[in-house]
Amino acid sequence: MSKMVGVDVGGTFTDVFILDEATGQARVAKVPTTRPDQSGGFLNGIGQQIDDLSQIAVVVHGTTAGTNALLERKGAKIGVITTKGLGDVLEMRRRDRPRTWGLRGDFEPVVPRDRRLEVTERTLADGTKRTKVDLDEVQNATNTLLEMGCEAVAILFANAYANSENEAEAARLVRQIWPNDHVSVSSEILPEIREFERFSTAALNAYLQPEVAGYLNRLETALKGGGFGGEFMIVQSNGGVMGVDTACQLPVRTALSGPAAGVIAAGYIAETAGFPDVITGDVGGTSFDVSLVAGGQSALAPQTSIDFGMVVRTPMIEIATIGAGGGSIAWVDKGGLLNIGPESAGSDPGPVAYGRGNTRPTVTDANVVLGRIDPDSPIGGIAKLDVEAAKTAIDQHVGAPLGLDTMAAAEAILTVANSRMAGAIRLVSIERGYDPKRFSYMPFGGGGALHAGAILADVGLARAIVPRFPGVTSAMGCVIADMRQDFVQTLNVMADQVDEDALREVMQAHVNQGLAMLDAAKSSFERRDTIFELDMAYVGQTHTVSVPLRVEMDGTTVVAPTRAQIAEAFDQAYHATYGRLLKNGTRRVMNLRSAVIGRRPKFDLKALAPKDGGTIEAALKTHRKVHFGDSWHETAIYDRLSLPVGAVIQGPAILEQLDTTILIEPDLQGTIDAYGNVIIERRA
Amino acid sequence: MSEIDPITLAVLAGRMEQIADEMDATLFRAAFNPIIAEAHDASHGLYHATSGDTLVQGKSGLPIFVGVMAFAVKAVIDKAAADGDLADGDIYIFNDAHMGGTHLSDMRLVRPYFRDGEMFCYLASVGHWHDVGGAVPGNYNPSATDAFQEAFVLPPVKLARAGAIQQDVIDIIMRNTRLPQSAQGDLNGQLGALDLGVKRLDALLDEYGADTVRAALDALGHRAEALMRSELDTLPDGRWEAEDFLDNDGITDQALPIRVALEIKGDQMTLDFTGTAPVTAGPVNIALPTAVATAYVAIKHIFPALPANAGVMRPIDVRIPEGSLLSAEFPAPVGGYTETILRMIDVIFSAMAQAAPDRVVANAYGTINALSIAGKRANGQPWVMFSFFGGGHGGSIESDGLNHGNAPISTATIPPLEILEAAYPVMFKQWALRPDSAGAGQHRGGLGAVYEIELLEENARAFLFGERGRFAPKGIVGGSDGAMNHFEYEQDDGWHEPPMSSKMLGMQLKRGQSVRLETPGGGGYGPASDRDPAAVARDVALGFLSSDKATELYGPAWQEVQP
Repeated sequence: MSKMVGVDVGGTFTDVFILDEATGQARVAKVPTTRPDQSGGFLNGIGQQIDDLSQIAVVVHGTTAGTNALLERKGAKIGVITTKGLGDVLEMRRRDRPRTWGLRGDFEPVVPRDRRLEVTERTLADGTKRTKVDLDEVQNATNTLLEMGCEAVAILFANAYANSENEAEAARLVRQIWPNDHVSVSSEILPEIREFERFSTAALNAYLQPEVAGYLNRLETALKGGGFGGEFMIVQSNGGVMGVDTACQLPVRTALSGPAAGVIAAGYIAETAGFPDVITGDVGGTSFDVSLVAGGQSALAPQTSIDFGMVVRTPMIEIATIGAGGGSIAWVDKGGLLNIGPESAGSDPGPVAYGRGNTRPTVTDANVVLGRIDPDSPIGGIAKLDVEAAKTAIDQHVGAPLGLDTMAAAEAILTVANSRMAGAIRLVSIERGYDPKRFSYMPFGGGGALHAGAILADVGLARAIVPRFPGVTSAMGCVIADMRQDFVQTLNVMADQVDEDALREVMQAHVNQGLAMLDAAKSSFERRDTIFELDMAYVGQTHTVSVPLRVEMDGTTVVAPTRAQIAEAFDQAYHATYGRLLKNGTRRVMNLRSAVIGRRPKFDLKALAPKDGGTIEAALKTHRKVHFGDSWHETAIYDRLSLPVGAVIQGPAILEQLDTTILIEPDLQGTIDAYGNVIIERRA
Repeated sequence: MSEIDPITLAVLAGRMEQIADEMDATLFRAAFNPIIAEAHDASHGLYHATSGDTLVQGKSGLPIFVGVMAFAVKAVIDKAAADGDLADGDIYIFNDAHMGGTHLSDMRLVRPYFRDGEMFCYLASVGHWHDVGGAVPGNYNPSATDAFQEAFVLPPVKLARAGAIQQDVIDIIMRNTRLPQSAQGDLNGQLGALDLGVKRLDALLDEYGADTVRAALDALGHRAEALMRSELDTLPDGRWEAEDFLDNDGITDQALPIRVALEIKGDQMTLDFTGTAPVTAGPVNIALPTAVATAYVAIKHIFPALPANAGVMRPIDVRIPEGSLLSAEFPAPVGGYTETILRMIDVIFSAMAQAAPDRVVANAYGTINALSIAGKRANGQPWVMFSFFGGGHGGSIESDGLNHGNAPISTATIPPLEILEAAYPVMFKQWALRPDSAGAGQHRGGLGAVYEIELLEENARAFLFGERGRFAPKGIVGGSDGAMNHFEYEQDDGWHEPPMSSKMLGMQLKRGQSVRLETPGGGGYGPASDRDPAAVARDVALGFLSSDKATELYGPAWQEVQP
């Protein structure tokens, strides 16, 4: 019972990372993702490395089941019971539109208007109950939704964040009638002001519940059937893990589960390697995902839109995406300008070189033509790449219109693609208020390490860190992530009028609930942390700043912060954000946010380092001609995993491993550090 | 000018666009007031050293600023030429809408960028400040008859001289706003954005050299022009006309025609607004820069892939008649400019729909409905709730129109009703889609909305600045018009409509009384007879359409099919 297993199910591959805590040994597996039921690939992947599931203590899963159900609109048939007069909130959104320019497109909410039933009830913003909920109407609405065949229901009442009594009363009745536990209540899921965001989150939770709960239950059953007696946990969008039962209740919290795990792992690897400020870049088939970790902490965003009008408000690792991935198509517009994307060939049909019918050149095709990807043993489950077809496509669609030969056209595609990726990194840093130059860059995912050198040069970053197993970073993150539960409660009160006792009670309730969750877990924790933040602003300002509260804990009992402490904490946070304070400004407290975290013991990354005894010479596989700038260079090709600690490889060189190709450009060098990472820097 | 290689050009195109994007991001992060910070009512870009033409503009700024900023820069170029004292490190500031377009709330900062002692280009930043003086807090005065009643008017003056900030100028500005702290915060943010732009341009020119970057800017202008010409080339030659009307100017209840003749000849286009109403006493006028910029907004909606570059407008001749309400001279009031430019966009779409029906969407709801309710709380504290409201978008060849969208000139979102109820003594009795408001068609328009708001305090006054109360958003290609705007307010003796339809100044409300705003739906695309009866049946089942209205608009066929 000493093995920890992380499983990340992606669009193409299911990645498995196995850590044997007793021996400190790590193993990885990569198997094709199975569709539509992902549990097949999940179990295959584990089974490749472990015969006896009873050896496993913990399985942690980063899942895209929820994301896919949202994107493909394959959630359950659900109904809504809501406040009279407000039945269209989900469909009206916040009065936005899908695209800035063009004015085209419409929007279908996940629950159509005839399944959004209104009942008489009303609570005011100050919590006053103006109209008591009419339970007869609730009962009728519930029965109507059941007759219509709804599998889940969401209860969405106005101002339920300020007083949840009406909503709770309705929920009690609905739960008595509803045949399953798929009842999502807005004040239970997100007791926070802003009805659209709260309603949307609760409705999407209901929409996902039958699907995700079904999937997770199938997995759990299969694991147990194989003898697994350990703990099954799910990664949340906030980068923490939760028990499978919680995940079945709150599937909306898994919306960015997979990518979040990757960022957690990247942050941990970078910090361990001595670089706590890191920007991660994941080059996928259609997109480039960027995330920023400063001082070892991932930036968290309060919400995201999974798709137009589908808002999920729950803390999540902030990930910015641009449409420039390996499958992005290169094309020349009528004005003669070379563009990359946003159209993409994805992984199917994929790049021209895959030979599956796409004839327009992609970023990957440029890498193939320039010799950077080995056409005879590529990654991605393809036996052999068609270099000639890729050349023809580049000639026809880029070379000819721009008057460039094949190689120059391929270089041009990469130059423009790299420049766009570098731009995304700069913008993410600026938006968080950081100078990107102080950050290291960590590429992960299969294609990231091909572009790292160019991005270093463009952004002016000092180094890139390529983790030991970049293709399974998300699976590894599953094993690293802490257990975490987030809470929110809108307070909406002036800072000098905060009822300190009432605030303490809310904080205590959050702590109790969080600690109960940790107690129920089978994992052991090194440490338990509680984090409190207030969303605060001056009156008249809608943008809040997040104000960390240093709160004393007497054992598990919260010691209430005083009004003076709250004011002081706000001034500090506000000054740090805006560089000044407002004389005579009135401070307002909008929301309390609490997080209870169980720190799981971290495994020693040295376990991943290459074993002693390897040599650079032994790792050298061959030489191949690779095109850089305007000429071919004889380039050494190494087996990355065989390179010993301390090895320094001068560019040009290519380091190959099963799931990644690392490119070290002519003016760069790569060093294998004590953890097996490749640190790419300018030549000394 | 040297030829630039295509790779460097593609890279520089992205790099320069990114400088503008980073300037946007800098201001959004630093701005104090939510109109900039949340609604992104701001914009940044790079502009030509002698013409002021837009070279590059950020992607996240407000659509209407793409195009109008060139006029702001040109105003500074003219001022500097007249004074003859342009220096490195100067920064000009102004809000004069007759010189820089839009309205007086938009504060414009323009900074010349020098390279090796030579003018290279201008950087500019515009942002909507919370308050700039005038008769009404927030500067939306529906009864203004000149600019002085709208706001404090600042012509282009130097905020910085050769790098030295002129505190005197800042002091004057801050004494003329009701919210100096907010204004100072926004000003700092805009200065920060310009600083960042200078830093990034320095680095770019260090890396590539001024000649190369200049060549790239030149090439991008040619490319924008070539793209526009190639789009126009695909359209048929001909001349198409369209007209529409503003309800009134808020002072005299008389309809005001907006007319356009759109002519395409080969790869050129003319938009001629001859026949449009003359300057009005009330604030539905716009200044010439705003009119030209609006033509650009309409064109970019029709061809969304075009870049934000002045080259796009080279093949397009925009003719604005002198003395019309589209070229108002100082000090004619322009506070309601949003309504007029929305109508300009509508007529351009309606004319283009005759030339290229597949390229255009039918008219959107066409009014921003600026509604404010103001009063005093029991403790004497004054409050003002102010918001714009949404409506339906037009149908297109692709799909039905969007329900409850934002105006084509903006990307701003509406605050959640819970935020409004928490901040002000009001309660929304209804916040819903408006049945039977969509223009019928093969693809119908999007639905407008119904907002009914009850007053929870003793007394308040309600103000509205809206349009489309007398003239409906038009359908295209045989599609029908959407429903008109409709506003009512409650008094002791029942419900009333304002005499000016959708414009109203300071109507008294008592506790428990409500106002009710029903916004227009979008126009339909294609004949109603071409609509799939199942889609009609679905609209009836969802309550988007009453069954009587369904039969009236689409015939009885829908009754025979399953939705």
